[in-house]
Amino acid sequence: MPLTRRQFVGGLALSFVAGRAFADEPTGASPGKPKVADATEKAQAKGLKANVFVHVAPDGQATIVCHRSEMGQGVRSTIPALLADELGADPLRIRIEQADGDKRYGDQNTDGSNSIRGEFEELRQAAATARTMLVAAAAKRWKVSPGALIARDHAVWNGTHKLGFGELADAAGKLPVPKPEAVKLRPRSELRHVFKPLPLVDGPAIVNGSAQFGADVKLPGMLIAAIARPPVVGGKVARYDAKQALAVPGVKQVIEMPQPKAPYAFQPWGGIAVLAENTWAAMRGRAALEIEWDNGPNATYDSDAYRQALSASVHAPGTPARNVGDVDGALAKAAKVIEAEYHVPHLAHVSMEPPAALARYSDGACEVWACTQNPQDAQKEAARVLGIGEDKVTCHVTFLGGAFGRKSKADFVSEAAFLARAAKRPVRVQWSRDDDLHHDYYNAVNTQLLTAGLDPAGKVIAWRQRTAFPPIGSTFSPTRRPSAGDLQQGVTDLPLAIPNVRAETCEAEAHVRIGWLRSVYNIFHAFSWGSFVDEIAQARKADPRDVLLEIVGPPRIVSLLELGVSQLRNYGAPLDKHPIDTARLRNVIDRVTQAARWSDRGGRALGLAAHRSFLTYVAVVASVVKSGSGRIAVDEVWLACDAGTIVNLERARAQMEGAVLFGMSHAFYGGATMKGGVTEQTTFRDYRLVRMGQAPRRIHVDLVTSEGPPGGIGEPGVPPVAPAIANAVFALTGERIRQLPLMRAGIV
Amino acid sequence: MIRLRVNDEHRELEVEPRRTLVEALRLDLGLTGAKEACGMGNCGACTVHLDGEVVRSCVTPVRRAAGRAITTIEGLSPDGSHPLQRAWCELAVPQCGFCQAGQIMTAAALLAQNPKPKDADIDHSMAGNLCRCGTYGRIRAAIKRAAGMPEE
Repeated sequence: MPLTRRQFVGGLALSFVAGRAFADEPTGASPGKPKVADATEKAQAKGLKANVFVHVAPDGQATIVCHRSEMGQGVRSTIPALLADELGADPLRIRIEQADGDKRYGDQNTDGSNSIRGEFEELRQAAATARTMLVAAAAKRWKVSPGALIARDHAVWNGTHKLGFGELADAAGKLPVPKPEAVKLRPRSELRHVFKPLPLVDGPAIVNGSAQFGADVKLPGMLIAAIARPPVVGGKVARYDAKQALAVPGVKQVIEMPQPKAPYAFQPWGGIAVLAENTWAAMRGRAALEIEWDNGPNATYDSDAYRQALSASVHAPGTPARNVGDVDGALAKAAKVIEAEYHVPHLAHVSMEPPAALARYSDGACEVWACTQNPQDAQKEAARVLGIGEDKVTCHVTFLGGAFGRKSKADFVSEAAFLARAAKRPVRVQWSRDDDLHHDYYNAVNTQLLTAGLDPAGKVIAWRQRTAFPPIGSTFSPTRRPSAGDLQQGVTDLPLAIPNVRAETCEAEAHVRIGWLRSVYNIFHAFSWGSFVDEIAQARKADPRDVLLEIVGPPRIVSLLELGVSQLRNYGAPLDKHPIDTARLRNVIDRVTQAARWSDRGGRALGLAAHRSFLTYVAVVASVVKSGSGRIAVDEVWLACDAGTIVNLERARAQMEGAVLFGMSHAFYGGATMKGGVTEQTTFRDYRLVRMGQAPRRIHVDLVTSEGPPGGIGEPGVPPVAPAIANAVFALTGERIRQLPLMRAGIV
Repeated sequence: MIRLRVNDEHRELEVEPRRTLVEALRLDLGLTGAKEACGMGNCGACTVHLDGEVVRSCVTPVRRAAGRAITTIEGLSPDGSHPLQRAWCELAVPQCGFCQAGQIMTAAALLAQNPKPKDADIDHSMAGNLCRCGTYGRIRAAIKRAAGMPEE
């Protein structure tokens, strides 16, 4: 029977139920946490279960599964509400169940800002199927045509007569499941609850401490593992002595981890694990290990030297990724040529919750509890490490204490699976902050060279972009070149109303594991082109907004021909449904500059940038000031976002607010640097994040109202933030920032 | 044997006295609301009250809490109805939620000493609590709402 927590905060009309994060046997619950045994599970055998997403019990209880991971984006407050609305359920009578990893849910990877944009209609289809069956059961009962009936407020209505969902559930459950083409989605006007601010269903569980995260789950007899991982990627243990570690009170076992082979993907990192009764003993035991490492070839990785190599790489011609007109010819005859090199270092995820996973193994089967963005990959990796079938691995998903892409990598889950079998005890693998910073899948380090040719009137007639970064593909196969999917993030997809455009990719070898971080390559591509437009405006002594609008060009749908590419991945979406629409980009630029009173900025130092990513258009204006100590502070930010249809306006707004802070931390402090192949940053003191006192006094978020197909929400707010801040710094000080973080320039 | 008073209950623990308070609370007492995110007192996710004062329980040895009153997020109010908890829900402050128990505990200590804090007081008191999701603006507003002050 599952644990279900019904928590009501006094005075709040929130009756959504915080669903189960895991099966009941583990305990992490305190005596203060109500454990309400739930009759629903028993009733689940009965009633209507048209598919894995929706269940209606004979008592009327509707259970809706959230198959995606909750990591702060509010997916549990959004997907179930959308399904409930499509079903016609009373939102106050919905129980939300967190899905285990299971292919029957389709893709569960909570990544790519894709939960709504990728499945808006498919998810509604699941609920609409159940609704169609309830309506059919009512039609049968009343002997009327189903076309005359309406499902709303948890009942099917025939005029003023109604049959509750509960009364219909058993009969509906006996009907054949209709074919997809026989199921009609509701018109938007009938969706009465969504497209508005929706309640935060997990708020009460979060503020009373009962929401369970990766390290909050406990099993009887569990050991906690701290792993000494090779400090350099590709390194291994040359020799070790566990005697001192085993002498630490509480330490039970020391186990050698399997040595990963390149490409590393999501394999455990290798090293030596110390398993103890508690984390304190495990960490002390780990510190007492005597290990001699063979660091391998990546021990030469040095961020300063690498930066020079990237710079050299972009100063030579690369492989064309898009080409229109004759850039070389146009640059040769330009009245003025502007060129700038930009650099963004590796960025780390540093979610507040370091990775943690709990596993137990018995009789050839493994059960894991993890703060994972991708429970199906967790199953797959655990199965691979254990040499068992994926169907023998169960993965329960807890709340994620931030993730940002890090927790879609299953490495920490497969570590726990391996150790649970080896130790013959349940094992929680606990990463420390230091582990998290040292063994991250970093966002790629990047250098770009942007070159523009201007005619005598200052109009841009040539644009050349060279970009070099070690691609994510290097984590999965030996490659030094970005993929087409990489280049759609601010290279091949930039709308540029310029007659001669060429983008080139230059080689970059990876020496650490590269991964995706909230908005990924868009971070550095938006920083570069957003800054470069400002530089062009400066050279022309023109207003940056006017130059940005001129370069984006008139309202139009940008064709592949105009982009100079044969195809565009377009975040997996068809171009006819989600074209590159400059009218929408212009619109968010217009709206954000109006809100910020750009034309009337007086002495204020404002910076502007705009970017399309994950099918969503965002423009940002940042205002910066010098604080009393002479440091740069961001005092106000305006953000306009056109994401098409937005299901949950409230969480979309929260994501945009959060994106401003996330982008600001990159701009101010972001940067993981390596020396001797080892990451230099170890704590929040040297990998800094923006703190309360630095948060802008005001963040104004303007969400464009639209009935267009939904774009992403979680990521697209981030890319324009850093260039808007850098441009505002220029407006204030005249200093051009071409490398992040600003901390390096000593101004924050 | 270490005797503690946790959320108004007497508890006895057979633990190594140098172990951290945060893990004694989380692992031994099952009070998992306080989180460990840095292990060095840099981020505030582990914040609890010791005799009403804010402490970073990840750098507090459990022996230092002996005989003293500990309050964790689970004990801040019997039913999640502390004015800060209510304000937090009303303004939908949390995103991932991991840092929020620490944020609320720090804010509760602030309001206990300074019922009408100025912006600078809030910034100063909350400076040790990191939030990676970027909920700072709403935290400020929720503290003011709980204090019965205008939010702007």
